[in-house]
Amino acid sequence: MNDMRIAERKVDTNEVKIAAKDVQVYYGDNHAIKDVSVEIEDKTVTAFIGPSGCGKSTFLRCINRMNDTIDVCRVTGDIMIDGEDIYDAKVDPVQLRAKVGMVFQKPNPFPKSIYDNVAYGPKIHGLAKNKADLDNIVENALRRGAIWDEVKDRLHAPGTGLSGGQQQRLCIARAIATEPEVLLMDEPCSALDPIATAQVEELIDELRKSYSVVIVTHSMQQAARVSQKTAFFHLGHLVEYGETTTIFTNPVDPRTESYITGRIG
Amino acid sequence: MTDTSMTPAAAAPEKSSLLVQDARTRKRNAAETRFRMYGMAAIAVGLLFLVFLFTSILRSGLPAFTQTVVEIEFTLTQEQFDTAESKMLKTGEYQKIFVNALSGQLNASGLDVDFDNKAIERIVGKPGGTIRSFFLENPDRIGTPVSFELAASSRVDGYLNGRITRDTLVDSRFLMATDLDLVDALQDAGIVKGAFNWNFITGTDSGVDNPGGAGLGASVIGSFFMMLVVLFLSLPIGVAASIYLEEFAPKNRWTDLIEVNISNLAAVPSIVFGILGLAVFIQFAGFPQSAPLVGGLVLTLMTLPTIIISTRASLAAVPPSIRDAALGVGASKMQSVFHHVLPLAMPGILTGTIIGLAQALGETAPLLLIGMVGFVAREYPETFVGGFTDANSAMPAQIYTWASRADPGFYEKAWGGIIILLLFLITMNAIAVLLRRRFERRW
Repeated sequence: MNDMRIAERKVDTNEVKIAAKDVQVYYGDNHAIKDVSVEIEDKTVTAFIGPSGCGKSTFLRCINRMNDTIDVCRVTGDIMIDGEDIYDAKVDPVQLRAKVGMVFQKPNPFPKSIYDNVAYGPKIHGLAKNKADLDNIVENALRRGAIWDEVKDRLHAPGTGLSGGQQQRLCIARAIATEPEVLLMDEPCSALDPIATAQVEELIDELRKSYSVVIVTHSMQQAARVSQKTAFFHLGHLVEYGETTTIFTNPVDPRTESYITGRIG
Repeated sequence: MTDTSMTPAAAAPEKSSLLVQDARTRKRNAAETRFRMYGMAAIAVGLLFLVFLFTSILRSGLPAFTQTVVEIEFTLTQEQFDTAESKMLKTGEYQKIFVNALSGQLNASGLDVDFDNKAIERIVGKPGGTIRSFFLENPDRIGTPVSFELAASSRVDGYLNGRITRDTLVDSRFLMATDLDLVDALQDAGIVKGAFNWNFITGTDSGVDNPGGAGLGASVIGSFFMMLVVLFLSLPIGVAASIYLEEFAPKNRWTDLIEVNISNLAAVPSIVFGILGLAVFIQFAGFPQSAPLVGGLVLTLMTLPTIIISTRASLAAVPPSIRDAALGVGASKMQSVFHHVLPLAMPGILTGTIIGLAQALGETAPLLLIGMVGFVAREYPETFVGGFTDANSAMPAQIYTWASRADPGFYEKAWGGIIILLLFLITMNAIAVLLRRRFERRW
C-alpha cells in the first residue's frame, strides 16, 4: 500500500449529477444489487471499488441502461440524472446513452478507420453539419482523448491496428465525441500495461474538468490516484461512500477497512 | 520404528536422465505417431476416392463434348438444283448428289470401298433434307463450293470413341460390320472426324432416338432462372429472419421452438419439399407445371434453413464488444446491427448463401415431383418472364432424364452433363472462397 499517494486535493462540493435511490438489480433470481443509494457529483471522478462480483460493474451499467440488453436483468428503484428519472417509460435508452458515454474494460474500437471510429457517434446523432464540421469534432475529440499527436498522420488507418493503450484512448475519444455529460468507465485500464495506464489516468484527471466521470476499478491504488469520491461495494451492498481520502485513511465500516488493507477481496 | 525408511537418501526419487526417454514418454510418443498415421491414411483414402470419381467422370463424360462429323465439300449446280426440285422425292435426289460427292472424294484419296445408300443412311442418317433446306435458304450459294458438316449417328460416334468395338458390335439394322470398314476408310480420307460439340452446350434436348443432337443449353437456362428465384427469395427472407432471431427476438419458449424447427427443416429430405411444392404451388396455387418458378420456390424452401443457420452462426461469431461499443455511443439496436454487426458477418452470410445455392443447383429429387424431370426441353424460353413460367428442365433433372433413356449415347451425355454441372458448382464455391477472402476483416 506504500504507493498509494493520496495527494492533498481541494475537494469542492459540486452539484449532484446522478442520484440513485434504493436501486435493486436482479439477474433472474439472483439479487445482484441491494438497496444502493448514492449521489454522484458533477465534475468529479467517482471510483467504484470492491471485490469481484460485488456488483460495481452492474451498477455502473444501470446508469446508461446497458443492462437493458440483458434479457433476464431487472432494475427497480430510481436513478435520476439532473433530476430526471432515467428508467421512466418515456426515456429512450438510445438518447440516454448519447448523454452518458461509456468506455469498456477491453478496448473495443470498431474495425474501421480511426477517423470513422470517432466520427460514428457524431454522425448518427447529427452533430455535424458538414464534412469540415465533422473533421473538427473528430480532431477535438482525439485531442481531448490525448491521442491526436499519435494518430494525426494516419487517421484513415484501421483503429484495430493501434496498441492496446492507444485503442483505449481512441475509445475514450469516441465516447467524448458525442458530447456526453457523464462518462462511465468499466475497468478501463485492466487490459493495459503500466505506461498506458498512467496515460489513461492522466486523461481521466483531465476529463474531470468537463464531465462527471464514474470509474470502476479493481486497483485500489488507481482509485486513490484518480478519484475524489470512492464508493465501496461488497456483496451487492454499497458499504461506504465518501471522500477518497477518508475512505482510504479513515474508513468507517470494518469491511471497508478489511478490504483496503487486503484482508478480504 | 520406520524412521530408517524416512531418511532423505531413501526418499529421494531415482534421478532420471533427460537423454533417455522413459517408458511413459515413449508410449505417448508412439500414440501420437500412430494418430498422425491414421489421419494421413484417412486423407489418402479421401483423395483416392476423389481421384477415382474425377477420372471416371472425365473418362465417361468427355466424349459427350466431341461429336463425330462427316465433312464433305461439293458444288451444287443450278441444273442439279432444278432437277432435284422437280422430282417427287426431292430429298432423295439430294442424297444421291451427296453420295456421289462422297465416293468422288474417296476415289480421289485413292481408297476404293464399296457402299450403298443404306450404309450412308446408317452412318449419317438422311442427309438429303439438311442439304435441301440449306440451299433453299441460301439460293445464292448454288454454284459455289459448300462444305457440309453432318453429325454422324450415335453408333458411329460410339465406334470412334471406343464405346463400340468390332468385337462388341452386334450386326443390326442400325450398324453393320461392313459399315465400320467404310467408316475407317472415310476416317483415313479425312471425311469422318471428331469435332467439338458446341451443340451439347448450347443446344436443346432432342427426342429419345437422337442422342447426337441433345444439348444441355435449355436446362442451363432453366437452372439459371430457378437460381434467380432462389437467390431473390431466400437471401432476403433468410437474412431478415436470422437477424431478427439472433439480435432482436426475446429468448423464450417460442423462439426456442422456432429455432429447433429451423434446424429440423434443414434435415428434411428434399423429396418432401418436392411433394409440398406439388401440393401447394401447382395443385393449390395453380402455378404452371415444370416451370422454373415453381422449381425455384421449392428450392427456396429447401435453401432457407441452410441460409438461416449459416447467417445466425456468423452473426453470433461477431464479438459482443462490437455491439456494446455501438450501443455505448448511443446507436440504436438497428444501427448497431446494420452498421457494425452485419458488415462483419457478411463474409459468412455470403458463403452460406452460395453454398446453399450450390446445393439447390444440384438438387434433383424435388424437381421429380413438380414435373421438371422427364420434360423434354426442346425450346429456349422466348421472353424473360417466359424464363420463369414456361415449362423447362434443369441441369440435374436433364441429367436424370438422359441417364434413364435407353440409347447408350444418352448415357454418355449424362456424364457430360455432370461435368458441366460440376463446373458450375466449382465456380460457385470458388466465388464463395473469393468473397470470403475479400470481405474478411479482423477485429
